[in-house]
Amino acid sequence: MLAVIGTVPDPSLPLTTGTAQLKDGRLHTAGVSIPITRGTPALAAAAVAVAERLSRTEVFVFLVGDVGRGGGSRVLYQFLAENLPGFSFDVMVFHYLQPDVDWHNKVLFAVEALPRRPLLIADAGFMYAAKMSGQASAYDIFTPDIGEMAFLADERAPHPFYTRGFVLHDTRNVPELVARAYAHEDAPRWLVVKGETDHIAEAGRVVATVREPVWEAMEAIGGTGDTLTGILGALCASGKDPLDACRTAALTNRWVGRLARPTPATQVAELIPAIPDALEQVQNPVLAEEAGG
Amino acid sequence: MSSMLRFLKKLAPRKDAAPSPAPDRGILVFENTSDVIQAEKRLKAHGFPIAVKGPPPEIQKGCDLVIEFPLMEKLSIERHLEAAGLHPLAVVPVTAPLLEPVSLFYAKDFGSYLMVRAANMKITVNKESLRIVNISGGGCPDVPYLADRLVGKTLNEAPQPKEIGHTLCGYALQLAYEELCRRCLP
Repeated sequence: MLAVIGTVPDPSLPLTTGTAQLKDGRLHTAGVSIPITRGTPALAAAAVAVAERLSRTEVFVFLVGDVGRGGGSRVLYQFLAENLPGFSFDVMVFHYLQPDVDWHNKVLFAVEALPRRPLLIADAGFMYAAKMSGQASAYDIFTPDIGEMAFLADERAPHPFYTRGFVLHDTRNVPELVARAYAHEDAPRWLVVKGETDHIAEAGRVVATVREPVWEAMEAIGGTGDTLTGILGALCASGKDPLDACRTAALTNRWVGRLARPTPATQVAELIPAIPDALEQVQNPVLAEEAGG
Repeated sequence: MSSMLRFLKKLAPRKDAAPSPAPDRGILVFENTSDVIQAEKRLKAHGFPIAVKGPPPEIQKGCDLVIEFPLMEKLSIERHLEAAGLHPLAVVPVTAPLLEPVSLFYAKDFGSYLMVRAANMKITVNKESLRIVNISGGGCPDVPYLADRLVGKTLNEAPQPKEIGHTLCGYALQLAYEELCRRCLP
């Protein structure tokens, strides 16, 4: 089973846990209906879309309302630190949480105490906390964009906001940034660096790039990085090899752009319905094209 | 146990730590970034030569900003903050160079749309209507909230990210927003 952990921009949402489904363009869990906005709802929705298509795993969410003051995040951190021994997951994806090194470490210790260690994926605020705490190498996969990759490569930066100028946020530098992050133990074994070209790295070295198909507007749409991470989590939970899952997730997310044909004004919720067909296109391109006429 | 070892290793001082300059400046440390943003606004409005910086490593928690100020102005600044109901957690001298916020911007023209990125935050506007059509990037929980509040509004009617944001990502979005205004507004 896949666990998705993060926040929702609704301060009235209490800590909510349960299996997630998609219905009428919204995310449903534990009797709560959540709009698919950028951030963790988009990630969870993408993961559910893949899980439903593959019929091999379920998506269990840990969500709480937080608009940036950190109170909701702390409630979720504490719940995880105290209650994780009661759960068992194949993959855990940590996402939008207020970066907090102390709480991050408590949660990681709880994860590492589990009898069966899940595959660990981190993105967004939890990835920032993982890097800042010096624990990046305890994870399996990070999914930064180019600005976040520069942050991982700057051993002194506690947040992307402080990345030093000489660490250029330039796609051409990705191999160098990856090597630098890995040398300082600020990267996990695998990285998916999201950008105009997606770079996939293993053990400090770029081992694959995904450039096609191109739909430029995807870069401007909030949540398209989240959907990639959600697709990746669901693929890993379905039993796919992590490196293969990284490639497939990057390619699928690009096909989402190709099939949905968004503009820079498109919202991420409009992209979720294209995910099953995009995955089909990647996994079985001949059949997908025949079905599409 | 492996996590603990990695953690302790990272806590060890770095060999390339910079030497300490004379402490003629101090930092104001606040409970959260919202208070930093409010204090910055108030102190700048009163003409104090302050700057928002990153905290020194020993007090970094995760999503932090501090205000650097001339120590000579300490009492006056504290009075202004007190009057505004802002209470720093600590006021301490600066003993090492502080982290500078990002100052590089990246812009991408999509024809009818213009996107500007600062650090990890991107904001996109329709060039004709000046309507904000998307906000992306970032990792702190106020990013989706800021997007909900700003997307669909024009640059003139949208609240500034610094007015309703609470984190460094919110602050980075403010910088991207200001750069976008500089490029798009007369």
